[in-house]
Amino acid sequence: MTEILQQVVNALSLGSIYALIALGYTMVYGIIKLINFAHGEIYMIGAFVGYWTMRVFHLDFFVALIAAMIICMVLGVLIERIAYRPLRQSTRLASLITAIGVSLLLQYTMMRFVGADPRAYPPLPDYMNQSFNLGGVVIKSQQLVIIGISVLLMIGLQFIVKTTRMGKAMRAVSQDPEAAQLMGIGVDRTISFTFALGSALAGAAGVLVGVYYNSINPFMGIMPGLKAFVAAVFGGIGIIPGALIGAYVIGGSETLVSSLGFSLLRDGVVFAILIAILSLKPTGLLGKNVREKV
Amino acid sequence: MLRNILRWALPLAAAYGIVLLLIEIGVIDNYLFATMMTICINIILATSLNLVVGFTGQLALGHAGFMAVGAYTCAIITMRVDGIGGFLLGVAAGAALAAFLGFLIGLPVLRLRGDYLAIATLGFSEIIRVAINNMEITNGAAGQSGIPRHVDWNWMFGFLALTLIFLWHYIRSSHGRRAVAVREDEIAAEAIGINTTRVKVQTFVIAAFFAGLGGALYASYFYVLQPNQFGFLRSIDILVIVVLGGLGSMSGSIIAAILLAVVSTALAQFTDVRMIIYSLTMVLIMIFRPGGIMGSREVSLGILGKAFGDKKKEVTR
Repeated sequence: MTEILQQVVNALSLGSIYALIALGYTMVYGIIKLINFAHGEIYMIGAFVGYWTMRVFHLDFFVALIAAMIICMVLGVLIERIAYRPLRQSTRLASLITAIGVSLLLQYTMMRFVGADPRAYPPLPDYMNQSFNLGGVVIKSQQLVIIGISVLLMIGLQFIVKTTRMGKAMRAVSQDPEAAQLMGIGVDRTISFTFALGSALAGAAGVLVGVYYNSINPFMGIMPGLKAFVAAVFGGIGIIPGALIGAYVIGGSETLVSSLGFSLLRDGVVFAILIAILSLKPTGLLGKNVREKV
Repeated sequence: MLRNILRWALPLAAAYGIVLLLIEIGVIDNYLFATMMTICINIILATSLNLVVGFTGQLALGHAGFMAVGAYTCAIITMRVDGIGGFLLGVAAGAALAAFLGFLIGLPVLRLRGDYLAIATLGFSEIIRVAINNMEITNGAAGQSGIPRHVDWNWMFGFLALTLIFLWHYIRSSHGRRAVAVREDEIAAEAIGINTTRVKVQTFVIAAFFAGLGGALYASYFYVLQPNQFGFLRSIDILVIVVLGGLGSMSGSIIAAILLAVVSTALAQFTDVRMIIYSLTMVLIMIFRPGGIMGSREVSLGILGKAFGDKKKEVTR
């Protein structure tokens, strides 16, 4: 029983990180129908920014978190402005290839400057290294911090999307960009804002992963990026609650497979779950089957 | 009919003859030869993927998985059965197994549209990689080495020519026309009585078959295999060739495969910035020429075509 609870705590931490990345994927997809492959790299850069703020400037963990979010936000908006905006009218495939190109560009530019070797994250303040023993279940305070920050950010996101004017604009643009424009919504500005939000969440996720796994490298974004995307697709891409459910399912099943001793098969299981759910529900768990009108 | 055959027979014969001549007089050294083999394999992979992505309009991101299946099957068989018989058996088995897996996964997955299909096929190829990594017979993560090398220029060119001739005729057959109809408008295609699922599965299986073939030739020429060579990036490499060349342009895929190999050879000495330039080129080409080099046109043999009384420039749509 304690073993199960222990794994639940682990699954929640991993799932929260995936959720932060998956939210960015799903928001960007919802608004411009683009699989933003560079999202995983934004998360990687977030991890590095956090690393530098803590190691070079000796600042606190929370400062690092905010710095990573701000820099990733700027980066995300810039990428959209330079690489994706000129392609908005061309085919989906051209944008997809561009996204993959940007992703490779960020990986290898990073590698050029910091090298391919993994680095350890700077030591954390004491309050992050405590662990609590609740009837046999060991919870580390960093896990609490990860889950807490993720939940806070998600609540914040929900607040922005549901209640603010900008959130309303985002929902309008994702439903129908042309109609939204006719209603006086600045589509370009709304898309930039979406990238800013998504990238900030990815940046936060990067710092949290650095803390959780204690190892970062320029290629760390590929697998979590793919899995977060799988999570977004699992729940029905473009749907924010769907991405959350997907992320916790993926995090949970990964933890389960590892704890059963098949950690080598972990990635395979994630994708097998994806194919299974898509075979049953072709638009994801919460996706609606939109009937095409002729 | 004769003109149709001449259309592919002449350029193929010319390409074969020129390379053979260059090998005879010693212009092509080992390094250049290996590059050419890579080009040939990439052409097989890219043209077959183009059949799915360019002609049928289904975005598949898992070509590396089928390539891996072909490569490993061929490797395992040629290491156990000696001689050219073993090689042919290995190539046939590799391609057939890849096609079979393509059928198994294609049936449920090809109902999906657009990006869902992309991520499902990507997932499938990752599953294949994880499976190869954990299997006894494939030697897991350590990979295979010492695979007998049977592929020379004749074999490679033979298989390449077979692939191109098959695809060329397939696209111009009623099957190919149906595939293009599905790409242009799935609902309209269905309304005129085309079984769209069947068309999609059929082209997908054919593409998987040739990906398996390409993989088998890869294994037999490069004689070392590792599961991680067949990751996500390999699928992307092939897709980049297809998109750069132009969706729905076979000759575009061939040109792009050659062009990319030339660029990559030229950049080989700048190892640390090679990938940066590669990815930057990718982004820039997409921004400034999103339709690829050829669009959906084919290189028509203008001069030769006129000589045979063919005045219309054929546009393959």
